[in-house]
Amino acid sequence: MRDTLLQGLLPPLTEAAPAADDPELAALAAAVKDAAARTLGRSLAIRHVDAGSCNGCELEIHALGNAFYDIERFGFRFVASPRHADVLLVTGPVTLNMREALRRTFDATPAPKWVVASGACAADGGAFAGSYAVAGGVAAVLPVDLVIPGCPPSPAALMRGLLALMG
Amino acid sequence: MTSRLLSGEADWFDAGRRMAAGEASLVSLWGDEGRMRLCLREADGGLAVVDMAVDRGAFPSIAALHAPASRLERAACDLYGFLALGAPDGRRWLDHGRWPLRHPLGRRAPHDGAADPYAFLEARGPGVHQIPVGPVHAGIIEPGHFRFHAGGEAVVRLEERLGYTHKGIDALMRGANLARGAELAGRVSGDSTVAYAVAFARAAEAALGADAPPRAHWLRGIMAEMERLANHFGDIGAICNDAAFALMLAHCGILRERTLRAAKTAFGHRLMMDVVVPGGAAVDLAPDGIAAIRALVAEARSTFPKLVRLYDNTASLQERTVGTGVLAADLASRFGAGGVVGRASARDVDARRDHAYPPYDALTFAVPTRKAGDVDARIWVRILEVGESLDLIETMLARLPDGPVRRALAPGGGPGEGWALVEGFRGDVFAHLRLAADGTIARCHLRDPSWLQWPLLEAAIEGNIVADFPLCNKSFNGSYSGVDL
Repeated sequence: MRDTLLQGLLPPLTEAAPAADDPELAALAAAVKDAAARTLGRSLAIRHVDAGSCNGCELEIHALGNAFYDIERFGFRFVASPRHADVLLVTGPVTLNMREALRRTFDATPAPKWVVASGACAADGGAFAGSYAVAGGVAAVLPVDLVIPGCPPSPAALMRGLLALMG
Repeated sequence: MTSRLLSGEADWFDAGRRMAAGEASLVSLWGDEGRMRLCLREADGGLAVVDMAVDRGAFPSIAALHAPASRLERAACDLYGFLALGAPDGRRWLDHGRWPLRHPLGRRAPHDGAADPYAFLEARGPGVHQIPVGPVHAGIIEPGHFRFHAGGEAVVRLEERLGYTHKGIDALMRGANLARGAELAGRVSGDSTVAYAVAFARAAEAALGADAPPRAHWLRGIMAEMERLANHFGDIGAICNDAAFALMLAHCGILRERTLRAAKTAFGHRLMMDVVVPGGAAVDLAPDGIAAIRALVAEARSTFPKLVRLYDNTASLQERTVGTGVLAADLASRFGAGGVVGRASARDVDARRDHAYPPYDALTFAVPTRKAGDVDARIWVRILEVGESLDLIETMLARLPDGPVRRALAPGGGPGEGWALVEGFRGDVFAHLRLAADGTIARCHLRDPSWLQWPLLEAAIEGNIVADFPLCNKSFNGSYSGVDL
């Protein structure tokens, strides 16, 4: 049984830490870096909010916890309550049916706080922009500090974006 | 597959009565311009689409005869503004009152966007209390509201309220060309993007009387099985994690990641989004794709059996899954539940076999079923399906035909109608497409298998402890986005 427990996790599968090489991300990160670093050090509590995504983004956010990405080694932690969170990681085009829930989640998060819009839908509504049922991107509802592009953003892209936020 | 189109009040009532009597099962029910439509599956597996004209804005409710139609009917009424005469549940479903309009697909009426009140069903008794959960949940999952009535630790009644991720996909589809339609179909439920893309493509090809080249069918088959593998690995791990056995999640997470990486190498996208298109596939298998997929299959064959033994030999885990969240076979049958949920409750159904479309018409595979209907049975069906998918992928790679992967579809080839039933990892995805004369989409209806599974979760959780709800919910793994559209 011991073999089963360890095999597959050894030798380590963990990817090397990525460089925040995307100029767009770097520029955005620079804007929040000082404040974030001063306040957070190297620990970031993340509350994910699905504001109407197709669930593709959630699959890749989940992958951040697997042995390959192991995001906790960088001090990132997904928390169950917005009251414990430093960052709201928001996915989806923000449906009108979720708009109030998203706002209330933001209001329940203590300052200082950052909002990361993750994925093409969260950026500007993506494939669903213009629909009667969507607000059209997280920025239509909340102040956004960082946008991570992709449909969906790969775990590597998510990791780069979050690391850039932490400076 | 036999397909029939019926029309008229007698056929409409007859369909409702036969579904209620168990002689046929509901596939879907949806609105269209001036009419309601339903698709049912006959006992011999054939599909029939029945039309019912909407008279002065109203039609006779099917849910009044056959309860599984209720939420589909409520959704259709929200979108079109129709009235379902005699319906057992008149509450709005998708429309929470937060849109700037009512009836987005019918006669639009402005609305102030003020949320509608929603009266949850009640449960009364000494000590019975309510627990509201959601729409924002504690984990990394989709939003939805669960209203529990509990007596002590036991669930007396669960009622789901969904619709939070409603994006207006049906309205975005209207007037779109097929390329845009495929983009939207692939984003109805991201975890099933291949299944939806295949269903949409097959419906479009049927409407145009066209067919994809043979190689495309086989590539679609490989992608569909890889999607099933990725989701089953993820679900088996996540269910065990909800029973506090994180080790299975860690190991299954590795297999899931390997699957997505092989997909990226072979088809250019980890979830294989936008690869299947009407007329075939957007890309051919990459040169190093076959080796990547074969390596995945080899690793899964070596690792997965050990994980299955670990699951089977861990008493503390079995203690949580065996006998938990039992879905009775007769209920599963009444709702026509497909996929893992149906097959774990003794339903021997699989669109790949029962509506044999290429490449499955040229392949043999087992359709595993279980009788227990509990969390354990739903895990086991997934475990056995992983084995079948690995075999299927190997066979398809070995027999992959040469040739083009895409055939140009005639622009403006409409008007026409086509439909398709395609087996995703969660169950059968139904697509019905009506094209206008200029070839654009007049109406596209996509029915997620979860429509017929979500209501069954309410039944399966009854009498279980509240703390086992995440475990039961994960073992069903219904799609929120898939039913919210």
